[in-house]
Amino acid sequence: MSFDIALTINGLHRVVAIDDPRITLLDLLRERLDLTGTKKGCDRGQCGACTVLVDDRRVNSCLALAVSLDGAVVTTIEGVAHGDTLHPVQAAFIENDGLQCGFCTPGQIMSAIGLIREGLAGDDPERIREGMSGNLCRCGAYAGITEAILEAQARMQLEHKGEAA
Amino acid sequence: MRPFAYDRPTTIADAVASGAQPETAFLGGGTNLLDLMKGNISRPARLVDVTRLPGLSTIEWLQDGGVRIGALVRNSDLAHDPRFANRFPSVAEALLSGASAQLRNAATAAGNVLQRTRCQYFYDAASVCNKRDPGTGCGAIGGLTRLHAVLGWSEHCIATHPSDFCVPLVALDAVVEIEGRAGRRDVPLEALHRLPGNTPERETVLEPGDVITAIRLPAEAAAYAGNARYLKVRERTSYAFAVVSAGAALRLDQGTIVSARLALGGVALKPWRARAAEDLLAGALPGATVFRDAAALALAEARPCGDNGFKIELARRIIVRALTLAAAGTPDRVPALPASPFALAPTQEVSAHV
Repeated sequence: MSFDIALTINGLHRVVAIDDPRITLLDLLRERLDLTGTKKGCDRGQCGACTVLVDDRRVNSCLALAVSLDGAVVTTIEGVAHGDTLHPVQAAFIENDGLQCGFCTPGQIMSAIGLIREGLAGDDPERIREGMSGNLCRCGAYAGITEAILEAQARMQLEHKGEAA
Repeated sequence: MRPFAYDRPTTIADAVASGAQPETAFLGGGTNLLDLMKGNISRPARLVDVTRLPGLSTIEWLQDGGVRIGALVRNSDLAHDPRFANRFPSVAEALLSGASAQLRNAATAAGNVLQRTRCQYFYDAASVCNKRDPGTGCGAIGGLTRLHAVLGWSEHCIATHPSDFCVPLVALDAVVEIEGRAGRRDVPLEALHRLPGNTPERETVLEPGDVITAIRLPAEAAAYAGNARYLKVRERTSYAFAVVSAGAALRLDQGTIVSARLALGGVALKPWRARAAEDLLAGALPGATVFRDAAALALAEARPCGDNGFKIELARRIIVRALTLAAAGTPDRVPALPASPFALAPTQEVSAHV
């Protein structure tokens, strides 16, 4: 049995045929849609490397069945920059050494974008660390990641004020 | 993963009928079920996706002051709902102490209540497990028992229920609304999960096809809002299951405890209500001695199921500390490290401002 599902992925509307309901959103992105920026780490919801935004909320794409997400809006790491202009969180990760090997980085960045959007951590590093506990970094770049999120959040608030003015 | 048929009903009646078929599992957020299916621990032949059922995603305030939490309300949405967090702060703190932000965004209220044990031997297909394969034995007995029970266990199963959410809920008399083949019924949360006994494979009182539609908290539960905390000891500060946790809530009048609510997590195969301790606290003045007496009473029937006797004393201390925190008053905002013993104690917070 095949299901056609509609997804908006990084702004593009797509109708995807799901020929096996076992396909996770992660495998759909990587294996069928060539969006390999989203990483498969543990594939069990423990590491956060597969984090994407579904309807603007960060989730583990390895634990979401694609067929269940019919109609959803999905944002992956491929969809956050504007052309050659990096997303402020991407730029801040580079500037603050928020990575070493880089494997967890797409998930870290999508999780950070989700965290900032939730708007609850403020500029408290402890709340940022707690809010990012679902993203593991085996290289241990946590200090840089926290700094990057603080900086990106401050920059985004300034830009937002600029737009409002 | 075993192949499965997929059904996405749009009415509760259809979900009940579909869910009553053999080898069927309901799919909510999927954060626990998909994990179990990937490990071949759960092998349903059919998944009934309940996420599109109408009317189950709202937090509804009842006229009498109680609240009805729709089964599909996501853990994060409930914890961050200002009115809910204000009235039931220990429930919000418990939710925020569980899992990760990503998982809380996906996990549903009913899914949290129905999540399976995290016993390593249940998850390890190479181990025997009476819960997974009835009659094969318990692989955890004689093994690593840090996360295992000290109350209510049997020689057939020593697993614990891992939910944080359920602990303050059961302390606050939450009721589960169920729709099934025989119609609607209410079950107190305290009576939903079963102790293992001889049938650890039967985890709840739910029958095939039963759909949890909501979890209700009575108006009286909000009377504890000013003095309600959840405290959780785990192997790391965040994103770990409880070794032991406690939900404590006090109703105080001019410094005297009018009534108390207390429940434990991580110690049994169900959220463990400590009624005898509650009764002891009622009418007392808050203080270390009565808190210690209450804690002793709460663990009076505890016994280790292996090398985990330390959990009994740990649970007593967590109770004393949770009651002390509750007596000091609910903080205005959930602490940066929810439910963590590493968060500042109230006295430290006070001295920090002096």
